[in-house]
Amino acid sequence: MQTKIMNCINCPMGCELTVTVDEEGKFVSVTGNTCPRGAQYAKDEITAPTRMLTATVRIKNGFLPLLPVVSGGRLPKDKVLSCAEALRRVEAVAPVRVGAVVVKNILGLGVDIIASRSMETK
Amino acid sequence: MTELYDVVIVGGGPAGLSAAYSAYQQGAQKILVLERDRELGGILQQCIHNGFGLHHFKEELTGPGYAGRCIDLIKDKPAIETRVDTMVLEVHPDKTVLAVNPKRGIFTVQGKTVILTMGCRERTRGAIRIPGERPAGIFTAGAAQRMVNMEGYLPGKKIVILGSGDIGLIMARRMTLEGCKVMADLEICPFSNGLTRNIVQCLHDYDIPLYLSHTITKIHGKDRVTGVTVAKVDEKMRPIPGTEFEIECDTLLLSVGLIPENELSRGLELNLHPLTRGPVVNQHRQTSLPGFYAAGNVVHVHDLVDFVSDEAEIAGKFAALEAEAKLEPVVKTVEVVAINGIRTCVPQRLDLPAQGEPVRLFMRAGAPARKVTLEIRCGEEILLSRMLPVVKPSEMIAIDVPAEKTASMNGKVSVGLKVKEG
Repeated sequence: MQTKIMNCINCPMGCELTVTVDEEGKFVSVTGNTCPRGAQYAKDEITAPTRMLTATVRIKNGFLPLLPVVSGGRLPKDKVLSCAEALRRVEAVAPVRVGAVVVKNILGLGVDIIASRSMETK
Repeated sequence: MTELYDVVIVGGGPAGLSAAYSAYQQGAQKILVLERDRELGGILQQCIHNGFGLHHFKEELTGPGYAGRCIDLIKDKPAIETRVDTMVLEVHPDKTVLAVNPKRGIFTVQGKTVILTMGCRERTRGAIRIPGERPAGIFTAGAAQRMVNMEGYLPGKKIVILGSGDIGLIMARRMTLEGCKVMADLEICPFSNGLTRNIVQCLHDYDIPLYLSHTITKIHGKDRVTGVTVAKVDEKMRPIPGTEFEIECDTLLLSVGLIPENELSRGLELNLHPLTRGPVVNQHRQTSLPGFYAAGNVVHVHDLVDFVSDEAEIAGKFAALEAEAKLEPVVKTVEVVAINGIRTCVPQRLDLPAQGEPVRLFMRAGAPARKVTLEIRCGEEILLSRMLPVVKPSEMIAIDVPAEKTASMNGKVSVGLKVKEG
């Protein structure tokens, strides 16, 4: 058994988590979390870490030149950079409503990229 | 001709919008929000990352998402008028507001009450006096954030960040995602000034080194930044000779603190607090001048916009009540002072009715500490004490004081920390 210290990133409290893993690095238990999301985070962080992605895409004919976007769910941590890179080649077209899907199933990861605001035409 | 309103609000960011909605809910009939940017929402519109709204809207939102929620609450309400592209030039004690915009030119409006929600500004290179050349490529982190997230420009490719405030951390990740190389983040304090979650997901995730107790002693480059000289600092934050090293970069981002923007408050001669640098306010966010309220980052810099909205809702409610002359009579005024490890406390003044009223105090610690007891005292009497496992200057402490406790206050109230014995 081995313990790892990490900080939960789910909310601004940033609880310090003590995570116990076995000899093969598999998750065993966690203490220090103050909510269930913290426990889930610790487990995910040991087995398959995930992150949200926020970025911008170009928008044609928009009131502003860029549209902010957010991933509809968590992405595998090691795929975040390639998703961000893929978004640099995307162009949306105004008008866009907040919540609209900008990229469906990005890089086949099963997560949509969603407009995080509405954008009127210019 | 002066147009008359119940409540005039200076600033259309989250504080101004939340104040407007709350004044509307309280029954104000004519509310005006003046915003100098091209759209409402304030600085949230460029904060495209998520993590906003968990307290206030009970879900995780991006900055533009949070701004959108605030805008949706006030739009299509006949009682609420908004004017963008509008710069307020002067605010006078008779509650007239002089402003200018491209449509109307210079105009004057007058409120029965005025709410100041101007937010804050970033400290700049000039504020921290970094020696060296004066090349292009030096930006505040927030200016770079606006360029990258709203205008569609990159300020540079090889980045050094000075200061570990949240905006600096967020920008370290943002620049990395846009294909830039972030060389290092330098922090003069022995601890980070940002939220722990941001250290983890913005620096650790991308292997960006954070140098604590380090600062920049020289900026190099004639036309464009070519690098910086970095040195370790001692406990008094003085650079230690012999510890210098160079980092090559083409861009320096400064995330070295925020200052409430109070030019208009100074023009009004409001009492400003020397440490928060914002107006001294009571629990309703009334300033030292009756009829003038203030809320959000103009009062004290918050770390969560959720608390900005909460505070602005208080200001909006009581500004509306005062506009209708419905404020409860005040029977006693007590001063609230920060002592022993608490650096600032807002509100600084309680104007209380006979039966008292519930009050939430917002405090900031002066330095990180573990296992401390927060004590709210009135003279020798301890009104309230609370065990806190950890306090950090970067994380605001909020404590609710029940009405009966405020009713028993009979003199100056102090808030301070006591280190646990043993």
